[in-house]
Amino acid sequence: MEITQQEVEKVAKLARLELTDIEKAAFAKQLSQILTHVGTLKQYDTTGVEPTATVLGQVNVFRPDIARTSLSVECAVANAPESTDGFFVVPKIIEDRQPL
Amino acid sequence: MSIHKLSLYELHKKFTAGEVTATEIVRAYGLRIGQVEPKVKAYITQAKDAAVAQAGALDASLKGWRKTSPMMGMPLAIKDNICTEGVLTTCASRMLGNFVPPYDATVIAKLRTQGYLLLGKTNLDEFAMGSSTENSAIGPSRNPWNLQCVPGGSSGGSAAAVAADECAAALGSDTGGSIRQPAAFCGVVGLKPTYGRVSRYGLIAFASSLDQIGPITKDVTDAAFLLGAIAGHDPLDSTSADVPVPDYLKALKKKDLKKLKVGVPVEFFAEGLDPEVEQAVRAAIEELQSLGGEIKEIQLPRTDAAVATYYVIATAEASSNLARYDGVKFGLRAKETKDLLELYMKTRQEGFGPEVKRRIMLGTYVLSAGYYDAYYGKAQAVRTLIRQDFEAAFQDVDLIVTPVTPTPAFKLGEKGDDPLQMYLSDIFTISVNLAGVPAIALPCGFSQGGLPIGLQLIGRPFGEDTLLRAAYAYEQSTQWRTKKPVIR
Repeated sequence: MEITQQEVEKVAKLARLELTDIEKAAFAKQLSQILTHVGTLKQYDTTGVEPTATVLGQVNVFRPDIARTSLSVECAVANAPESTDGFFVVPKIIEDRQPL
Repeated sequence: MSIHKLSLYELHKKFTAGEVTATEIVRAYGLRIGQVEPKVKAYITQAKDAAVAQAGALDASLKGWRKTSPMMGMPLAIKDNICTEGVLTTCASRMLGNFVPPYDATVIAKLRTQGYLLLGKTNLDEFAMGSSTENSAIGPSRNPWNLQCVPGGSSGGSAAAVAADECAAALGSDTGGSIRQPAAFCGVVGLKPTYGRVSRYGLIAFASSLDQIGPITKDVTDAAFLLGAIAGHDPLDSTSADVPVPDYLKALKKKDLKKLKVGVPVEFFAEGLDPEVEQAVRAAIEELQSLGGEIKEIQLPRTDAAVATYYVIATAEASSNLARYDGVKFGLRAKETKDLLELYMKTRQEGFGPEVKRRIMLGTYVLSAGYYDAYYGKAQAVRTLIRQDFEAAFQDVDLIVTPVTPTPAFKLGEKGDDPLQMYLSDIFTISVNLAGVPAIALPCGFSQGGLPIGLQLIGRPFGEDTLLRAAYAYEQSTQWRTKKPVIR
């Protein structure tokens, strides 16, 4: 399995990772090696085999709908890189609209 | 009496009997850590001052009254991916370099209720991704048996701290062998419980269908003792199992393997197994037989598929779990970015180390459109086959015995440039996580170079008591646990 540098760039964008050129080259080579190894799974016949997502065989887990104390606002934002008045601060994501 | 040389359970008995105070315990460990930590580098954060204060308060509250809970006054080290309220929890990542959890993991809440003493948070491969602690953002820990060698990983700091007597016992986490492999490399005991046996609430997620917290200890009794203190159902973890917790110490009453069938899987004794490791494990199997175990050759035919299956499923889950590190709610944020997309991309570029990036890339790739069925779907189906291998084996036997690792501890830097080689060294531990069954690693010998060799016992789901019984019988009939590293 050959992974090209273009594919690495595409996946990095999906993963929201900025990579250096050195990283891109290294990952193209290493991911190719790893995926070649992963390709050996083809030899196992899995026709009609149910996939395993969890080993516990649980379906849905319910709990009583009872209110309990949760983190205070101050606690919840205490680790935020930037916060103000109990809110997380992020860069503006909506473009300024031209006045009508 | 050297307090730091006692096992956790011995220390508990002395503390309960009033022969030692919590303050004396913390002082003794403070001295020990001061002596050997500069060489071993097991800890990321030490909590000595808090532990001293806590010990003083504990001693004052205990005047004339010695009814104790199991972990009261017990000095423990905690892997730095388990949340401790008010104490830095970094995952050995730049991303979480300043993260102070606002809550305790459930295992920590249980220990805190019992009055344990937190000595510090131990080193790991970043986000528990690795087999050597070399992926830690603060640098590797050292193997107490040979400081040029890795302690294993990812719970390498915890295993090194236990082996170097820098704590009475430790907690680790195991996604593909991260408790058992470092325990084997450091000559201590490591138990990965059944998936669901111990709550994962507050364990910083790597691969949620595989992760499990467990004890790393000086002997099997301690593993039973500490497991009992952390196990059980937790409403805060919907994947924790509502299965009663037996008294694991009671499982240690029988010092034999009578009426137990022990399976030896042929696939685990194949090419690539170091002759010294094979010899030690074969000798241990003979010992299990002389203790009354009935040895049977068995097959786990899909063993070869385990590494590939694991590195698809674990990285897929990781790429999803690590999407939360976006520079907004906690953790690092890149400076001077022009928009939200750039904030995400630069934050993650700066915050994650190479191995974490590699796994996020691999996981994103196998989940991406066009590849999902070929990789992720396929791996999930092969995971079913691997589980079925174990189910079939446990129709015939009560326990499975294998090596923990193909070789003893390797040198620092030895495998740095070759991620696939590093992944392949997990071959004996990862199928256990894929099947969700419990397994214990314990010492079964030493290489000619003086490095410990580990024995792995694998049990049925929720069969930790049988595992502990067999491990204890073997431990008591051998002398490996009496050998201690000389740290130089």
